[in-house]
Amino acid sequence: MLEEVGLQDVEQLYMDVPESVRLKERLKIPRSTSEFEVRRYIESLLAKNRTASDMPCFLGAGCWNHHVPAAVDHVVGRSEFATSYTPYQAETSQGLLQALFEYQSMICELTEMEYANSSMYDWSTALGEAARMAARVTGRDELLIPQYTGPERVAALKTYTEPAGIRIVRIAQDSHTGQVIPEDLKRKITNRTAAVYVENPSFLGCYEIQVDLISDLAHSKRSLLIVGVDPISLGVVRPPGDYGADIVIGEGQPLGNHMNYGGPTLGIFACSESRLLRQMPGRIIGLTSTLDGKDVAYCMVHQTREQHIRRERATSNICTNEALCAVAAAVYLSLMGPAGLKRLCETIITKCHYAMRVLSRVDGVKAPLLDASHFKEFTLNFDYAGRSAAAIHSELLKKGIHGGKVLTEFPELGETALYCVTEVHSRRDIDALADALNEILRGR
Amino acid sequence: MSYRQARWIEPLIFEKSRPGVIGYMPPSPDLKEREIVGDPYDFLPSGMRRRRPPALPELSEGEVVRHYIRLSQQSFGVDSGAYPLGSCTMKYNPKVCDEIVCSPKIRDLHPLQDESLTQGILEVLYHLSNLLAEVTGMSRFSLQPAAGAHAEFTGALIIRAYHKVNGEGGKRDEMLIPDSAHGTNPASAAMAGFKTVTIPTEDSGCIDVDAVESAVNEHTAGLMLTNPNTLGIFEREILEVSETIHSAGGLLYYDGANMNAILGKTRPLEMGFDIVHLNLHKTFATPHGGGGPGAGPVGVVKRLEEYLPVPLVAYDGSRYYLDYDRPLSVGKIRGFYGNIAVLLRAYAYIISMGVEGLEAASELAVLNANYVARKLHRNGSYIIPFYPDSLVKHECVVSAGKIYRETGVRAWDISKRLLDYGIHSPTTYFPQIVDEALMIEPTETESLESLDRLVEAMIKVAGEAYSNPDLVKGAPYSTSVRRVDEAKASHPQTMCLSWRMKRTADQTSRRP
Ligand SMILES: Cc1ncc(COP(=O)(O)O)c(C=O)c1O
Repeated sequence: MLEEVGLQDVEQLYMDVPESVRLKERLKIPRSTSEFEVRRYIESLLAKNRTASDMPCFLGAGCWNHHVPAAVDHVVGRSEFATSYTPYQAETSQGLLQALFEYQSMICELTEMEYANSSMYDWSTALGEAARMAARVTGRDELLIPQYTGPERVAALKTYTEPAGIRIVRIAQDSHTGQVIPEDLKRKITNRTAAVYVENPSFLGCYEIQVDLISDLAHSKRSLLIVGVDPISLGVVRPPGDYGADIVIGEGQPLGNHMNYGGPTLGIFACSESRLLRQMPGRIIGLTSTLDGKDVAYCMVHQTREQHIRRERATSNICTNEALCAVAAAVYLSLMGPAGLKRLCETIITKCHYAMRVLSRVDGVKAPLLDASHFKEFTLNFDYAGRSAAAIHSELLKKGIHGGKVLTEFPELGETALYCVTEVHSRRDIDALADALNEILRGR
Repeated sequence: MSYRQARWIEPLIFEKSRPGVIGYMPPSPDLKEREIVGDPYDFLPSGMRRRRPPALPELSEGEVVRHYIRLSQQSFGVDSGAYPLGSCTMKYNPKVCDEIVCSPKIRDLHPLQDESLTQGILEVLYHLSNLLAEVTGMSRFSLQPAAGAHAEFTGALIIRAYHKVNGEGGKRDEMLIPDSAHGTNPASAAMAGFKTVTIPTEDSGCIDVDAVESAVNEHTAGLMLTNPNTLGIFEREILEVSETIHSAGGLLYYDGANMNAILGKTRPLEMGFDIVHLNLHKTFATPHGGGGPGAGPVGVVKRLEEYLPVPLVAYDGSRYYLDYDRPLSVGKIRGFYGNIAVLLRAYAYIISMGVEGLEAASELAVLNANYVARKLHRNGSYIIPFYPDSLVKHECVVSAGKIYRETGVRAWDISKRLLDYGIHSPTTYFPQIVDEALMIEPTETESLESLDRLVEAMIKVAGEAYSNPDLVKGAPYSTSVRRVDEAKASHPQTMCLSWRMKRTADQTSRRP
């Protein structure tokens, strides 16, 4: 081959790299290792982890422990999907395109939106992009968000919106009920408000029940309504399209994607009308036909919004996205169907409320802190426990139980942690948590 | 070279739905839980209850699996055949890396778990960032970005933060970007608030150094560049470029999408770059997943470390931890810490390849690209701009301009016809500065025989363009479907972006 290209040795392949930038020494990277050794070595490192299956773990807060049906992993493991690139060549990528079209369709059904894209990086970047999109659509520069929005999400939102000159304004939430305070929203919404953002269920796990009012208030000022969702909840909870959402975002990780220490994730992004569609970030798959009109076919659409065509005027810079996670979500939702999803929601609500019931019997513990209805997460308050939430968390860890996220970001909520219970938590896990708390707090 | 892709007449999964069928039975609460709680709907305020169930498909597990397996068979991955998609580095993805990430020790790990319980993965991430730092010469890496574009945005924010701290925030608002750059570069710079200034490419295929010199001024924030560039040519005057930018007070961003050409030969540091991203889904062999997930770690030189996004994975000599205490950081760029399962695969890849494996990968990638370039050049149907005066690196861009002018067959048609030979098309119409561009990146994992097949197919298609242009314009014939009507797909009157749109359209057309 070298001869064919007219060279004598491999080094000559780099003749065009000036001496001044050539590496003088070898990279300080160990020499190659056999497959067997690589596996054994990495497995030995990973063995140091203690996971949510090694101990009862009540963490949620943006990444949730749900069971992933075996069939999901089987399908996403198919290498025709896994080892393909973005389907630029539609004719040879029909299967992947159809799967992504089905994913978009299922997101539309779940959220009752007209259009969904085929994925964003995660919920928090979807929020950042939604804010920027709302600002473009309305020509305005403010976003109203509830006071108790997830701190990770808000941090990423700020990073995304600051260069666009978008101001983030907090709407107060009642610290007893977790609900948005409508008077505060009325005070803060102005002709500069591009959008009002709400989450349902909220970061603190309860439903925001005044969504119709919030929607009316937003639209009366010609602002958009952006709603963030846990897609699992939509098996029984009212979809945002029902109460006038213009953009729906959320985290698709619970739909058949493992937690994986927080990534890959799946940013959901949907919108309600064609005026918005033109400003939507990300890839969109459409159904069409072959040129000869004989067959149904799929391809990427409205690419003129995207960076490879529009460059600096694109609606977003996103290129590589989270397609395989979207395929996982499509398989997951197909397996569930409406009945499966409904049952799953019923199980989650039952177990979550069972947990609140038994935990509130522990002396010194309030479960939930908020006087509201909850889905799978709830606030556990230790103001009367005589110990800080962090101290109790450490005690639980010693007893082999991983408590929820301690809410240090919201000091006004006192000594509070955010707990999550899903279908993977057995009654024994929940009872063990209650027993452990009893023991920890008994001697106080 | 005959090839036939699988073809199923597979309806939408919604169309296969049968009411009442369920493919997965979620666990139920136990008796005591049910007794104590009662009706779960008592805890769902009536105003928040869904009135109509979502119209999701209803199928058995077997039917769902069969449907998606059929769809997978109508897809084409690196495991299906040669995939010389330029700029995307579609190399073979070693299976051991996929196997490692199936461990429950990673799958079931929650990102907010106590650090005492996640030392294993933190150690992996810490080692991986050090390896990436060594490969690029940067002093510290953040593994958070989900893709190259995400890293570019992060890098642009770092540039912005740097100038701001130096009291030049408002003033330095121009990002220099060559006209050959990938679309994400200008899009990312714009997202971070910069105006973009386009720098032309010289006749040599390299960035016009004089144009860089005349473009820099007190507004220059930085330059984004990939080297080798998107023409597959090494920017020989990179040190002149970096000196020009630096002496004007700007920073240099390295788009690492083309890193597969130079592992162990040169590094962004030696070329004068300050910020670097690597696409692990390219150079470091993680599967591309049909468009993602990928990972785009971003690294910086010492003086920019403090601007990296939070948290960083750190080590204090006895334990690994997530460091949030970084006051000058650009902040958080996503939830949690990165696409961990992708990062873990890349780590497995790097340690199995080792230093000599990585060097050999680049050498072979470059050799393979030059082999293809030489053979196509010799044939003469395709014009390879700037070749053979310059060697190519890991990819070569060929122009089908001559074929187009003489036969009316376009690069797009050639791409489609290649599919009929079981070869994925090269990247088409990119970079935009080459007319009728076909960008070929064979990668190191294609065998000599596979390269010969690729060249043979390219030449054969060129011949067909002259002997039977309609054959090429009508391609493909051997894929699951014939050529797709993409204009119709995006036309406002005919677009259909979901099952519900299709349902509505079908109903309207059925109405008399
Ligand atoms: C040269 C170049 N730069 C940047 C990117 C963007 O990377 P990503 O797709 O990972 O966002 C790509 C690949 O798509 C590329 O080829």
